Amino acid sequence: MLNKNTQNYIANFITYTILIISSMAVILPFVWMIFSSFKTAGEIWTFPPVFMPKKFQWSNYIDAWNALPFDRFLFNSIFVTVCVTVGQLFTCSFGGYAFARLRFPGRDKLFLMYLATMMIPFPVLMIPLFIIMQSLGWTDTLKSLIVPCLFSAWGTFLMRQFMMGIPRALEDAAKIDGCNYWQLYWKIIVPQCKPVFATLGIFTFMGTWNNFFWPLIMINTIGKKTLPLGLVMFQTRIAAETPWHLIMAASCATVLPILILFVIGQKYYVKGVVTSGLKG
Amino acid sequence: MINKLFKLNYIQKEKIAGYSFLSPNLLGFLIFSLIPIIASVFLTFTSWNLASSPKFVGFENFANVLKDELFWTYLWNTFYYAIGTIPLTVILAFSLAYLLNRKIRGVVFFRTLQFLPSVTLLVAIAIVWSWLYNADFGLFNYFLGKIGITGPRWLQSKEWAMPAIIIMGIWKGTGYSMLIFLAGLQGIPERYYEAAEIDGANWWHKIVHITIPLISPTTFFVIVTTTIGSIQGFDQFYIMTRGGPSGATTTLVYYIFQNAFEWFKMGYAATVAMMLFIIVLILTLIQWHFSNKWVFDEGVE
Repeated sequence: MLNKNTQNYIANFITYTILIISSMAVILPFVWMIFSSFKTAGEIWTFPPVFMPKKFQWSNYIDAWNALPFDRFLFNSIFVTVCVTVGQLFTCSFGGYAFARLRFPGRDKLFLMYLATMMIPFPVLMIPLFIIMQSLGWTDTLKSLIVPCLFSAWGTFLMRQFMMGIPRALEDAAKIDGCNYWQLYWKIIVPQCKPVFATLGIFTFMGTWNNFFWPLIMINTIGKKTLPLGLVMFQTRIAAETPWHLIMAASCATVLPILILFVIGQKYYVKGVVTSGLKG
Repeated sequence: MINKLFKLNYIQKEKIAGYSFLSPNLLGFLIFSLIPIIASVFLTFTSWNLASSPKFVGFENFANVLKDELFWTYLWNTFYYAIGTIPLTVILAFSLAYLLNRKIRGVVFFRTLQFLPSVTLLVAIAIVWSWLYNADFGLFNYFLGKIGITGPRWLQSKEWAMPAIIIMGIWKGTGYSMLIFLAGLQGIPERYYEAAEIDGANWWHKIVHITIPLISPTTFFVIVTTTIGSIQGFDQFYIMTRGGPSGATTTLVYYIFQNAFEWFKMGYAATVAMMLFIIVLILTLIQWHFSNKWVFDEGVE
């Protein structure tokens, strides 16, 4: 029988070995993407593949940027994402506050309906949504990417659950001091809800930034496209021989902001995943 | 006196406040959730190409879906993808969570790393993997060649296109499930392990007799939610194969997309979507039913 220390040592060794191997598997496509983004076309189309580019072609990033109107895509992506995120934080926190704190007829029934709609798959909604957008004349506009996304049953649910957990003592005191409901919301509830605002904010930001399906249905004009649509255009439209080095450069540039946001806001993101894995 | 009449009592005030706070949210809910849901039920009874006005056809769409061989093939493809993705995702996610739940250095670093694929946009991932899968210049076939295997033509091959997308799905989805497992593992009280250790249990006994049974509600949750998620996948199929070659990677969602937005058969597309909804509904009900029974209620510490 090995003694406790040796056992522990072996266990740690095995743990690290497995973790390192699996990390390498996770990281490989990323590394490949980054290195490929700096290669020349010649280095891309060679077999056996070269892993590291001989010389880092920073110009790939400029070429990719100029090959398609990426400034437009970037602006559209940022604009849509910021509008949706800010909008959802407002509507969801309002709704969450009403559901968590205020008594009005039909509240619980409405909340149940919200819960029920959370499980409805997007492909079921997208056809009527498309028809609604068409009848409003909103197809092929950025509005169509923003307005329908300003509301989220999941976000409302998240807010409500969090607000239910806040002790009422502070609100009661403020009520006695004559605060109205708006003041209660703005001065008492919101300051205590920073973590859940962060969670919902990060989720919505990432979800909107990464969204591909809905913009694909809605947008036709190049000038209205977001980054994910732009990336796909690259893959299909540019040339007979796919310029992988440029695509990789564009992909790196698109992925980077999200990864930075994730690393900064990881704590809140993880909380969102854990408190309700419903968004999967 | 008049003042008193016009002064609302506090109950009415609260009602008004409640409705006002809810109204922007409720408006969105009605227009972009509830009405579309009702509309999609109506759509299933119509034939509509968007150009002319919709025609009522009764249950014809449903009858046609059930007769549609493509529907059944694509339903199978959908399940093929789900069944291919889930077991390995769950096993890998559990194993990683188990290792990351040990008190060792660098846990946060490894956890972050494992989670990266889950937050990266699927479009970029699908594009990079298409390149990795390239039959002639791709990295995977180069590695396979090194160990003496002639790699398949991956995304261009009827047999290998789906497995290729499945492998990528596992790579992308494991981190997310791992996080949920990690939370589940942290909910298992330390004293159970301590008690088992006193009884002379080794690590394997502890996994089999404590961890796996106590984590089963989480496992169940992960299996159901990843199933629901994976049968709704679209981006990767659109980008990597366009549902091809010859329909080998066309899933139900892709078929809905084709019907609605390539062939403008709105009624038919809505009917296929309703089938998808029924599947998701069944899975969700199963989950609700069992999660009440299976939840391990020791309280998170």
